[in-house]
Amino acid sequence: MSSPQEDRRRFGRRAFLLAAGKGLLFAGLSARMYQLQVIHGDKYETLAEDNRINVKYFAPRRGVIFDRFGRPLAENKRSYRVLITPEAARDLNAALDRLHAIVPISPEERERILRQAKRNAKFIPIATHDQLDWDAIARVAAHTPELPGVDVVETSRRVYPEAEASAHVVGYVGPVAKEDLTGDPILGLPDLRIGKGGVERSHDLALRGRAAEAKVEVNAIGRVVRELERDPGAVGAVLTSTVDAELQRFAQNRMGEQTGAVVVLNIHNGDVLAMASNPTYDPNLFSHGITDDEWRALSTDPLAPMNNKAVSGQYAPGSTFKMVVALSALEHGIVSSKKAFFCSGVHKVGKGRFHCWRRGGHGWVAMHDAIAQSCDVYFYEIARKIGINRLAETARRFGLGVPTGIDLPAESSGLIPDKPWKKTRFKDPWQIGETLIAGIGQGFVLTTPMQLAVMTARMVNGGRAVTPRMVRGEADPPTPPGLGFPPSHLAAVARGMRGVMTDSLGTAREAQIPSRALRMGGKTGTSQVRRITREERRKGVRKNEDLPRKERDHSLFVGYAPLNAPRYAVSVVIEHGGSGSKNAAPIGRDVLLEAQTRGSAEWHGGAGQSAIEAAIRRERG
Amino acid sequence: MQRWRGSIAAARPTPLPPMRPVDMATRIARVDWLLVLTVSAIAAIGAAMLYSAGGGSATPWAGRHGVRYAVGLVIMLVLAFGGLRRWYSMAYLGYGACFLLLVVVEVAGSGSGATRWIDLGVMRLQPSELMKIALVLALARLLHEAGPDGADRLHVLGPALLLIAAPAMLVLKQPDLGTAVLLCAGGVTILFLAGVAWWKFGIAAALAAGAAPIAWSFLHDYQRARVLTFMEPERDPLGAGYHIIQSMIALGSGGTFGKGWLQGTQSHLSFLPEKHTDFVFTMLGEELGLAGGLFVLALFALLIARIYRIAFLSESRFGRLLALGVGTTLFLYVAINVSMVMGLAPVVGVPLPFISYGGTAMLTLQIGLGLALAVAVDRSDPMEKNRR
Repeated sequence: MSSPQEDRRRFGRRAFLLAAGKGLLFAGLSARMYQLQVIHGDKYETLAEDNRINVKYFAPRRGVIFDRFGRPLAENKRSYRVLITPEAARDLNAALDRLHAIVPISPEERERILRQAKRNAKFIPIATHDQLDWDAIARVAAHTPELPGVDVVETSRRVYPEAEASAHVVGYVGPVAKEDLTGDPILGLPDLRIGKGGVERSHDLALRGRAAEAKVEVNAIGRVVRELERDPGAVGAVLTSTVDAELQRFAQNRMGEQTGAVVVLNIHNGDVLAMASNPTYDPNLFSHGITDDEWRALSTDPLAPMNNKAVSGQYAPGSTFKMVVALSALEHGIVSSKKAFFCSGVHKVGKGRFHCWRRGGHGWVAMHDAIAQSCDVYFYEIARKIGINRLAETARRFGLGVPTGIDLPAESSGLIPDKPWKKTRFKDPWQIGETLIAGIGQGFVLTTPMQLAVMTARMVNGGRAVTPRMVRGEADPPTPPGLGFPPSHLAAVARGMRGVMTDSLGTAREAQIPSRALRMGGKTGTSQVRRITREERRKGVRKNEDLPRKERDHSLFVGYAPLNAPRYAVSVVIEHGGSGSKNAAPIGRDVLLEAQTRGSAEWHGGAGQSAIEAAIRRERG
Repeated sequence: MQRWRGSIAAARPTPLPPMRPVDMATRIARVDWLLVLTVSAIAAIGAAMLYSAGGGSATPWAGRHGVRYAVGLVIMLVLAFGGLRRWYSMAYLGYGACFLLLVVVEVAGSGSGATRWIDLGVMRLQPSELMKIALVLALARLLHEAGPDGADRLHVLGPALLLIAAPAMLVLKQPDLGTAVLLCAGGVTILFLAGVAWWKFGIAAALAAGAAPIAWSFLHDYQRARVLTFMEPERDPLGAGYHIIQSMIALGSGGTFGKGWLQGTQSHLSFLPEKHTDFVFTMLGEELGLAGGLFVLALFALLIARIYRIAFLSESRFGRLLALGVGTTLFLYVAINVSMVMGLAPVVGVPLPFISYGGTAMLTLQIGLGLALAVAVDRSDPMEKNRR
């Protein structure tokens, strides 16, 4: 039998063991607390914040676009839509069933809604119906108590009053695609439309505005407890385009059924007064939600109506390039403007024979007549003497072969070839014949109609590096820097361009504006799309009208007006339009006349400005 | 009931000889006032947390918590000065009464869901809570009577195990896994302290391991779900695992010094379940941080240390076993609750003593502490003559 003392000692031992165990357990619990609260504290803090804070976004109104006189090019019209918020609806399928009983939802639509619900955060509402009529809206609104998570909201639809006429200027808006997602939460909003073309696209960020944002504290079941912060966001900026909507419509219509582009510039500040491209499309289709058939028709049309040919189309400039060659020759001292060459109708270099467009030749021609009558042989001569590299350098100063930097999407750079380019592109050395061909704007040379207008503007604005722009800023741009061409050289070329329109042998003498004060200068171009073989030349070159459309020449024209104090430059490219003097020149003439009589380059601080200001007030209010 | 008392009464010798009187001043001095202060501090922290849980209001919880503690404190002191011998003599009676109440709950409350309480009007009495102390008291007496070597004898160990198992089974049937575990662990600890041979615990452990799969099959679905969820909370983050995950988020987000009293976002935005009862420690951790949590754990450690001191100073086997039985029960409450909210133990519904809202658990532990204080007051009484 143990003594009480022994019993007490045993008790002491066991109690000590027990205490040690308890101590260990408490130490373990403390360590766990340290692990949760200190080591992983940040993680749990984030989780707790995520738990309690929801951010709700509201789309701002998209900015309106006006033309330079305050006429609307893109506006917002009121419209109604039905939204469903998966979070609030709880059982999305059941909610859609109930909604379906009031306003039908097609199975495809339903699938889209469910797909979107899966992709988005569950507090982001999804549009189930767009642009419902009043009856349907009223029915949905009357049933809202039985439709948790369903809301009817007033939204706006983008409307383009000028429709087809300004499509290539303003572009259009469409729903956000996956590749548009930049992390900007506004892009997750169901009714958001973003710019997909034209100014809508290039100025999308400004037009879009900043989403209103409400940070709300929610409890465990997602109910908003209170608003923590609200950022009212900002409505999209109101833009004033440089375009004169009526001149734009005029230019667009003037092309008729023909495809091509017309650009009118203010030569001093680069304002694009008109930029037509044919064929065109109705941008309103996209605001409605374009149907698959409509989209297929637009995107597969061989004439590419969605393509803005003014900045994306690339064409050999043909004879409109000759002023660049002339200025290059003068600059490098190859010729004086008085120096004459003999044109026999053909120019031989080695085994090569290079023809003038006029079979019999022009006889003795100096620079003025060479431009006015567009003598090819004269330009073969001087181009060969300049050399391709120096010629290319001059061309680039006129904005050719490089993007103009205009605020429009999908601008092509065109192409001005030189020796290093050919070396890297074809691994072949440059051929002298290629210089000659380039001297008449053929061969590798490619330009966009916008570049041709910029080139012309730079020749007649005193040789300044003006750049084109689609949207007017707060202030006029600074006077562009000079390009380093002496005024006498520029004047010689400008006189040649006047000769084109006024000389008895000028290639576009029939297209001159009769009114003396509005008279213009210009240059025609007819660029070959096919190669004329030696045999065909012997038998007689086939007439354009006899060729299939695809093989017909492009018809080009560049011009400026008025003669004594130029303000406008124009470029016209008519695809497969045949002779430049017969087709493009009259169009260029009509557009320049319209621009001058309308005073398109004027900036109306008066009527137009107050119209714009009123519209801005309306938008903000 | 009578059969129980009868079988134990058969082994009972003559009543204890009269005790040497100790004067009142000494008795008052022997009360462990530091213990009383510590437990009051813990209860005050509890009231503060319940005030926060009520959304910055004394209603519905904090005020009643304070009143109940005050009433309990009086009971505690009455027990302290009531005389250890009196409690010794009432040990089996108390156990019997609690057992009867448990049976009543089982029969009368056989409605839907878990039935654990008897509605007394002023409070809901949870007999299973009272049983924890009644069991400690009865076991202490049984093992005191058996003497230093008695614990290992079959006619003592058998009834002792029966004393533990009978209420545990009833509680498990309610079903209340947490209380059942607490009863068994508390009872076995007393057997260990009373000197039952080591090897017997080895055999018991082996048997328990073998019986685990069988026990699993007796568990209710929700109990199994709790255990499975505990193993892997992410199994069902919005269902069964939700509480554990949200509790860990709340606790973890508190950081070192917490978000401040009344500032807990998880608890105030209802992400935290049962923030005023089982998960009050989580809320404490969220609002007062690691510092607050460690401080509360330290207070509990101090409280338990004082109970150990009482046990070591006691001249009687009964006193020692009773004090450490109470201390261990208190420890088990704290350890299980804190493990539970930190994702270290399944959610079994054990409150945090003196901090969680809930009348019976606090009353039970105050009775326990009152008995421990009685051990302190009457520590010089060896109650020797009682031994065979």
